Amino acid sequence: MTPLLQVTGIEKRYGARIGCADVNFDLYPGEVMGIVGESGSGKSTLLNCLAGHLKPDAGQVIFDTRADGPVDTVTMSEPARRMLGRTDWAFVHQHARDGLRMNVSAGGNIGERLMAVGARHYGDIRNRAVDWLDRVEIAEGRVDDRPSAFSGGMQQRLQIARNLVTEPRLVFMDEPTGGLDVSVQARLLDLLRGLVRQMGLSALIVTHDLAVVRLLADRLMVMKDGHVVESGLTDQVLDDPQHAYTQLLVSSVLQV
Amino acid sequence: MSDYNFAYLDEQTKRMIRRAILKGLAVPGYQVPFASREMPMPYGWGTGGVQVSAATLTPEDTFKVIDQGSDDTTNAVSIRKFFEKTAGVAVTEETEQASVIQTRHRIPEAELTEDQILVYQVPIPEPLRFLEPRETETRKMHSLEEYGLMHVKLYEDISQHGAIATSYAYPVKVSDRYVMDPSPIPKFDNPKLEMAAIQLFGAGREQRIYAVPPYTKVVSLDFEDFPFEATKADHACDLCAAEDSYLDEVILDDAGNRMFVCSDTDYCRGRREAGHVGRLGEEAA
Repeated sequence: MTPLLQVTGIEKRYGARIGCADVNFDLYPGEVMGIVGESGSGKSTLLNCLAGHLKPDAGQVIFDTRADGPVDTVTMSEPARRMLGRTDWAFVHQHARDGLRMNVSAGGNIGERLMAVGARHYGDIRNRAVDWLDRVEIAEGRVDDRPSAFSGGMQQRLQIARNLVTEPRLVFMDEPTGGLDVSVQARLLDLLRGLVRQMGLSALIVTHDLAVVRLLADRLMVMKDGHVVESGLTDQVLDDPQHAYTQLLVSSVLQV
Repeated sequence: MSDYNFAYLDEQTKRMIRRAILKGLAVPGYQVPFASREMPMPYGWGTGGVQVSAATLTPEDTFKVIDQGSDDTTNAVSIRKFFEKTAGVAVTEETEQASVIQTRHRIPEAELTEDQILVYQVPIPEPLRFLEPRETETRKMHSLEEYGLMHVKLYEDISQHGAIATSYAYPVKVSDRYVMDPSPIPKFDNPKLEMAAIQLFGAGREQRIYAVPPYTKVVSLDFEDFPFEATKADHACDLCAAEDSYLDEVILDDAGNRMFVCSDTDYCRGRREAGHVGRLGEEAA
């Protein structure tokens, strides 16, 4: 089986400082990979390099495209990369307002990606939007409301709907549950887990919340100071941490 | 007039503007940046159109200015006087006689010919502006032909109003490539954008010039199930009885009486002189 994403030797520096360095991994179709670490450990830099938002200084990100097979997305042309960003890739931001158009209705937000890839039939676009609202548990009657009238949890679910409507194969998530209260978090995680399994999505989830990766991720990478210090199956890493930093991380979780 | 250089602007400035115009004609619908000058009128009064007209006019030209189709509103009169004074060109109110027509928000009803130039005044040249405020991003969207966002605006129209409610500045795609704001002309005029005359668009404050060469394909954006419709008030002109022209509504009193008249005053006058009489019109003397 060809990996969906092959990452080799990714490095990003901000001047003399290291953003992330020497990151290697493969991600297979249907697999969910968690990236954990403290603030400033290079998780988000890594995610942005992989998603094409930042240009890495070294390394390859080879994505198995539908049309042409494995292609290095770092060296591919910008139009092609942006096209991937609208079709096969999705990016869920930590703050929903970074990923939504706040002055456009919920339906318009979901329809944007469809229209960006050429959908020109209003009725179809609207039906898809309503269908997706339903799948992320937002009432159909809210389809013409603007996201600014939504609660934080609903905004985040709307952002997910907007990203998944073109049926991408790889989803990048940057702290998808950050800033939400725990009951909303639990619901969102439940929803995400359902969608990921149902659609057979591959996902990369950056988070500092170990509970999130425990629930969602098959595999785990632990980052510190821009380097990957430990990786493996989620349960294995969390239950039997080998690296000193991972042990610290796991033991820092508050028990209620 | 010896106090001014011909048509107010100095020759170097006119050369600069002409280069922008030629580039605009070479790449239909593409917004060419140019070094817009301060003009002796406020922004919003057609400083872009005036600069394009100044760079286009020759001493042999006959000049016409319309504002919302009318030859005799403040804006039209002051710009016409401006060029009478600074360029000494002949002016006219008759569309057929003019070689250069500067317009604000209308295309004349009379069909334009290959030896005419139509100059538009443009307030906001960027059709994507209200959806994407970042200029860097809109430029990238134009260069990569990512126009999905334009349809989001039309989608919003339909979801809120049940139909595409955008009635002016209706976005068009020029020559299958660039999405362009045709300036705030009513969408009734959109089908006329495919014409024999050269069309030049000048935005003074935003410092952009763009153009549509003669006989260029111009398509108004729409949805398959909500096709583009050129709409006008469902009346005939009350002065000249024209049924095919774009109409202005005029409130007559506070008892609900109103009249519809052609917004193109020259077209209306021509028809009345030819003997057409509308509901409230009088026989031409």
